[in-house]
Amino acid sequence: MASPTIPITPVKLTAKDFKSDQEVRWCPGCGDYSILAAMQRFMPELGIARENIVFVSGIGCSSRFPYYMNTYGMHSIHGRAPAIATGLSVSRPDLSVWVVTGDGDALSIGGNHLIHALRRNVNLKILLFNNRIYGLTKGQYSPTSELGKITKSTPAGSADSPFNPISLALGAEATFVARTIDSDAKHLQSVMRAAAEHQGSAFVEIYQNCNIFNDGAFELIKDSGTRDDHLIRLEQGEPITFGADQQFSVTHPAGSFGLKVEAGGEALVHDATVDDPAYAFALSRLSGSDLNTTPIGVFRNVQRPSYDELITKQLVDAKAQADGTPEQMLDGLLAKADTWTIL
Amino acid sequence: MSAGAKRVEQLDRVVIRFAGDSGDGMQLTGDRFTSETAQLGNDISTLPNFPAEIRAPAGTLPGVSSFQVHFADYDILTPGDEPNVLVAMNPAALKANLADLPSGADIIVNTDEFTKRNLAKVGYAVSPLEDGSLADFAVHPVALTSMTVGALAELGVAKKDGERAKNMFALGLLSWMYSRPFESTLRFLETKFAKRPDLVAANKAAFQAGWNFGETTESFTVRYEVKPARMKPGTYRNITGNQALALGLVAASVRSKLPLFLGAYPITPASDILHELSKHKKFGITTVQAEDEIAAIGAAVGASYGGALGVTTTSGPGVALKGETISLAIALELPLVIVDVQRAGPSTGMPTKTEQADLNMALFGRHGEAPLSVIAPKSPSDCFHAAIEAARIALKYRTPVILLSDNYVANGSEPWLLPSADELPDISVEFTTEPNGDDGRFLPYLRDPETMARPWAIPGTAGLEHRIGGLEKADKTGDISYDPANHEFMVRTRAARIEAIEVPDVEVEDADENARVLVLGWGSTYGPIGAACRALRQRGLPIAQAHLRHLAPLPANLGEVLAAYEKVVIPEMNLGQLAHVIRAKYLVDVVPFNQVSGLPFTAATLENMLEDVVKNG
Repeated sequence: MASPTIPITPVKLTAKDFKSDQEVRWCPGCGDYSILAAMQRFMPELGIARENIVFVSGIGCSSRFPYYMNTYGMHSIHGRAPAIATGLSVSRPDLSVWVVTGDGDALSIGGNHLIHALRRNVNLKILLFNNRIYGLTKGQYSPTSELGKITKSTPAGSADSPFNPISLALGAEATFVARTIDSDAKHLQSVMRAAAEHQGSAFVEIYQNCNIFNDGAFELIKDSGTRDDHLIRLEQGEPITFGADQQFSVTHPAGSFGLKVEAGGEALVHDATVDDPAYAFALSRLSGSDLNTTPIGVFRNVQRPSYDELITKQLVDAKAQADGTPEQMLDGLLAKADTWTIL
Repeated sequence: MSAGAKRVEQLDRVVIRFAGDSGDGMQLTGDRFTSETAQLGNDISTLPNFPAEIRAPAGTLPGVSSFQVHFADYDILTPGDEPNVLVAMNPAALKANLADLPSGADIIVNTDEFTKRNLAKVGYAVSPLEDGSLADFAVHPVALTSMTVGALAELGVAKKDGERAKNMFALGLLSWMYSRPFESTLRFLETKFAKRPDLVAANKAAFQAGWNFGETTESFTVRYEVKPARMKPGTYRNITGNQALALGLVAASVRSKLPLFLGAYPITPASDILHELSKHKKFGITTVQAEDEIAAIGAAVGASYGGALGVTTTSGPGVALKGETISLAIALELPLVIVDVQRAGPSTGMPTKTEQADLNMALFGRHGEAPLSVIAPKSPSDCFHAAIEAARIALKYRTPVILLSDNYVANGSEPWLLPSADELPDISVEFTTEPNGDDGRFLPYLRDPETMARPWAIPGTAGLEHRIGGLEKADKTGDISYDPANHEFMVRTRAARIEAIEVPDVEVEDADENARVLVLGWGSTYGPIGAACRALRQRGLPIAQAHLRHLAPLPANLGEVLAAYEKVVIPEMNLGQLAHVIRAKYLVDVVPFNQVSGLPFTAATLENMLEDVVKNG
């Protein structure tokens, strides 16, 4: 589990061990509480000592997360958490580094760092809390808000189309891409587990309810009366079907680039390890702003060397060439030029 | 290659400028000539000057690239004001540099390039070689290109490859003229073209042809010698500021016993530092070429948090982008070195030209009260020691430090007496491994009473798990705090702890101790100011010189030094940024002297200005 470079502790930890002494200051009813609780319950499973776990966040409601975890943590600046975490992860392969971010933090101001962390495949677990709104600045539309969204900054409706975070991550060459929901603790933990086991960047979009500025944004796939007909649970090796009676199937019509939802039809069998990202991308396109057919679970889970591994290997190979003490090598380096001596 | 039978004259100093098209290899030619000159033991100072365009249109004025080298049998401080010799590879190179030449200067021109078309490109209706306009100079017309091609034809070298070796012909000729030892150049060619033996042979042959031409032609009747300078005993190499800075960072890593982590984004004129450090992984150095300037410093902050010596290297535009992250590092109180190789601004400005106009940004360019330490190297080799000093302050005081180099010192070069690694300062610090609170708690903002630094407890240390961030922190505990009194205390503490950093006193050079005028400089103006002061003193005009390496905090004795003189003059390559600081802090009505041409001061410019101040007050 986790990375082979991260030491495992024999000490059995509990959820309580991961609670810090700080008072949690999210709004009552915020979806962040359930994500925090799920994380604290899941963490002991990792078997990693608290001191070897670091949470790095940016700015936004979700980014207060590190203060509440009794591990090492840094609440940094807006959008930059993936960059800061890259420096930490690359220079400290013995740490389990988690990035907590939001839709504004990761996809707007920090978009560049997110896509580059993913393409490099830095060994980071990136949790994107997507509530489709700017909460901490009190209710402006975000890069995942639906087109036409009326907010404080868009009284006539937003004119920009939203990102699909899963599609974006896949386009950025991510090796692990998943989606889950704040209110489904069991699913949340199963996705966290899969992300933690992945070597390299793991990108997890978490639909998270902001009950103050965008309440009910994900109600269609949360409400027990509607969710069965709109929520598609991806299970590795299982046919992709959904509906109260599993009456709907995700199919791949012959001659089509995309996937389709049909009543009946021959359901595709889900395989997140398919090398061609076109499959996961097609899955990601089933859901739009309307959430009408929304897959959750692991879309893509493939292996390629992590940035950390490649950089570490270069360092190890170079250090094997060391000849002498650091000071002796430095003397050699300084004199590695045309020199002359004055007597 | 035996010495010729020509008359040999002794000179004490010479300034040569190699000038040609961007693609003519003038930087390489100048570099090799410098290396040969260094081998001989002359003191040297060099100044490359090139356009930002990699290959501007051939034969045009904007495409001219030059390299000036000043060498002497005594110690020198600048690359020289006026070239005694100009090597002009084409009409553009002649036209662009002619105004800098004193009358009587030698001009060696490549006549093959003086075609109608090339003359027309730079606005010569008649060739200046034929219209008498160069009568004040000693012009040596040499068919450089055709002679190179001719010499290489017998080796079977194609005309195109032969033409490209003409810079080696020029180097051979100049090496002959100034009696330079050439073994290092031959060795260099063997290494550079190791995979192309044909090019090794062609370039060596071109060099030899240039040398032989000098020996046999009647156009050159005199050979010159410049005896070695009397320099401190020891082993020397020639080094540019960027190389020295990179090696200084390696040394800082060795002497702090910490892995060096560089986050950088390519930018002129700082990229060479990234190139150099990326070669030295065996020292445990990690270099990350980030997606942008912000990510570069972000990664360095992340690495510092993890216990590395975090460094980011850039130029002014990059520092502007990094401002918010520098502020974060100030709040986190983590060690960080930010290297700014200044170039002419604002905006993209003139990326390959020098300026000192980022001082205000370094001192003040962040939101909130965000103090940090600033230091500036005074010469190419000083970049080595300044880098170690920056790391020392960053590590000991847990603060970001901005190291203000500039294009002049970064690309200029000089001989450097190699230090011994064992004798470099020990800048190691200890990580905190035990709780520091009374009740066994860890208090991440409980300060060391001596340095006011907070503990550096890195992830992986059991029992010290803690959270830090950019939000205001309560004193000692580091918990989030919006308490008014606490914020007041923390802001004042951050300012006080930077002011309390121990830096060496500024030294005053006042040979006769009777000067009434002090000239105060900082950074790369040290050379030209020093040369101007020497010239004045030789003429019996007393002047005192002080040079600041530490700009924040300023040396403790500076106020006293300033008060001891009737007049204080501050020459800067900006519109008076240090002058502003000195006036505000010490209430001294300093005389600013400013130049923002993208070029360094000449010693003569400063000598004239200072003479006026000394004589007329």
